[in-house]
Amino acid sequence: MTGILEFVVLAFILIGAFFSLVAAIGVVRLPDVYTRNHAASKSATLGVMFILIGTFLYFAAEGHTNTRLILAIVFIFLTSPVGGHLINRAAYYTGVNMWDQSVRDDLREKVGYGKRKSPEDTGGKIS
Amino acid sequence: MRSGDLILQTMSKVVFFIIILFSIHLFFEGHYRPGGGFVGGLMTSGAIILLLLAYDIKTVKKIIPFDFKWLIAVGLFISVVTAGGSLLFNVPFFTHVHDYFNIPLLGKTSLHTAALFDLGVFFVVVGVTLTIIQTIGESE
Repeated sequence: MTGILEFVVLAFILIGAFFSLVAAIGVVRLPDVYTRNHAASKSATLGVMFILIGTFLYFAAEGHTNTRLILAIVFIFLTSPVGGHLINRAAYYTGVNMWDQSVRDDLREKVGYGKRKSPEDTGGKIS
Repeated sequence: MRSGDLILQTMSKVVFFIIILFSIHLFFEGHYRPGGGFVGGLMTSGAIILLLLAYDIKTVKKIIPFDFKWLIAVGLFISVVTAGGSLLFNVPFFTHVHDYFNIPLLGKTSLHTAALFDLGVFFVVVGVTLTIIQTIGESE
């Protein structure tokens, strides 16, 4: 494997590692469950997909077309956001409070029950 | 637990078939590459457990309308017949044979009786896992 494809594979894997690092930093730095999950489910998905595409191209250039990698890319693209959605949903319905500076909570009017307190009720404290 | 999450149910309908196909793939390539009856069986039961999580037990029983304990029996039977069948040909217990056949669509394929034994392992693993999960899930 020579030439421009090496750089393409390198770029894919480095971008993927970068997005995974951004996801990890986001999980550490962001204030509450919902924003952390936002970072983890979006950025980590994209990072892993980039790394898998890079791996696929690397082995495809050597003559092994690994269809499992394509399947894994599709699978992660389908399932990881659903996992994030389910974690967020479970957190919301078990009463995890939002960040104290968040301003809107439209789902609260729709659902109308639960132990959750909105940011106005708690005076801006995360319990 | 609140059931009936539309996103989870729709996605599990799609993902179920991917997992089942991948488990069959794992089962059949077990002779030449990593895989085999055990991993394939675990992955098939994982797909059915995904349906159990997205829907409830009654729906899954309607989709797959047989008792999983029968799968254990059928799998053990297949394995024992495969292993004991070699006694009929005056060779030691558990002797496997393979040969090459011309199958219409697939061309020249090597068929091995170890695959039948692996099929028994597959059934037993699926049956045991799903029996455990269902028994725990049904007890109130």
